[in-house]
Amino acid sequence: MKCRTPRPGLLAILLSLALSPAYAGDSPADAHARGAIIYERCAACHALQTDRTGPRHCGLIGRRAGSVPGFAYSPAMRQSRLIWSEANLDHFIKAPMAFMPGTAMGYDGVKNDAERHDLLAFLRQEGTSDKCRNLQVERP
Amino acid sequence: MTMLKMLGDSAKAIPRRAFISQSGLLLSGAAVALLTGQDALAAKSADGVESDLRILNTALGAELEAIAAYQVGAESGLLQKPVLDLALTFQGHHKEHADLLGSTIMKLGGKPVTARSKYSFPLETLKTQVDVLRFAAGLEKGAVSAYLGAIPVFGNRDLAKAAGSILGDEAMHWAILRNAVGDVPVPGAFVS
Repeated sequence: MKCRTPRPGLLAILLSLALSPAYAGDSPADAHARGAIIYERCAACHALQTDRTGPRHCGLIGRRAGSVPGFAYSPAMRQSRLIWSEANLDHFIKAPMAFMPGTAMGYDGVKNDAERHDLLAFLRQEGTSDKCRNLQVERP
Repeated sequence: MTMLKMLGDSAKAIPRRAFISQSGLLLSGAAVALLTGQDALAAKSADGVESDLRILNTALGAELEAIAAYQVGAESGLLQKPVLDLALTFQGHHKEHADLLGSTIMKLGGKPVTARSKYSFPLETLKTQVDVLRFAAGLEKGAVSAYLGAIPVFGNRDLAKAAGSILGDEAMHWAILRNAVGDVPVPGAFVS
């Protein structure tokens, strides 16, 4: 009997389906809960309320890139003149170094669309929480 | 606390001093072999070197923060032996990672970042030994993800290989810390 090796493209699709969260009956709370788990990947460098190796994420959406006072950004980030929105964050998180060459975020990115959706849902909701509102940094 | 007892038993199996010296020799030997050759350090382009240096310095910053976090845990008075010894062993690994990253950055012509004078940790949430271990586990999990995300973007594949070596160590820390607090040590077949 002849064995056929799956094509790499097909294998990638099957793997991504296997690893994707389900969307049936989804709610904002579901997306936030899944996003919280995905956010754990960021924990080596980021926190919501405090600056770490990376800057704090409270107040991220709507903030000018490279603008948290006292944080040592890369020149690329500091000079980007970008205002973070969910749309451009989606691109950045997918491929940080391609979206912003020179960023200090040496990370391949979250390639899965559903995972980025959930991560952004988490950041959106956390950004409106009391703990974040009390930490809002200056806006442009 | 059953899991903590199990951890205690396993930690006693190897004297800490011997464990540190043996593992240090192995890691250092492998890491140096990966990084000291001229080929290993020869980047394909100036842009590639600059990019690799940024990745290495970000990793170094995270390692320095991990060292500080374990120091906070060690000085908290919340960790009991042998968990305290284990935390110090893991901190020693992070110091080795930081030393290697720093020396590699210098070999590549870069300037290593230094430890901050002050780090912000959620001290108000650390009330028990389990709190400290869960906090450390979260950092280790993040470190696994960070190295996993760095490996594909290194221009120099020898650096990627070295990052994989560090990732493996962080993953072991994460699993042991999860085990210590009673979680399933290895929660899945993949890390992300």
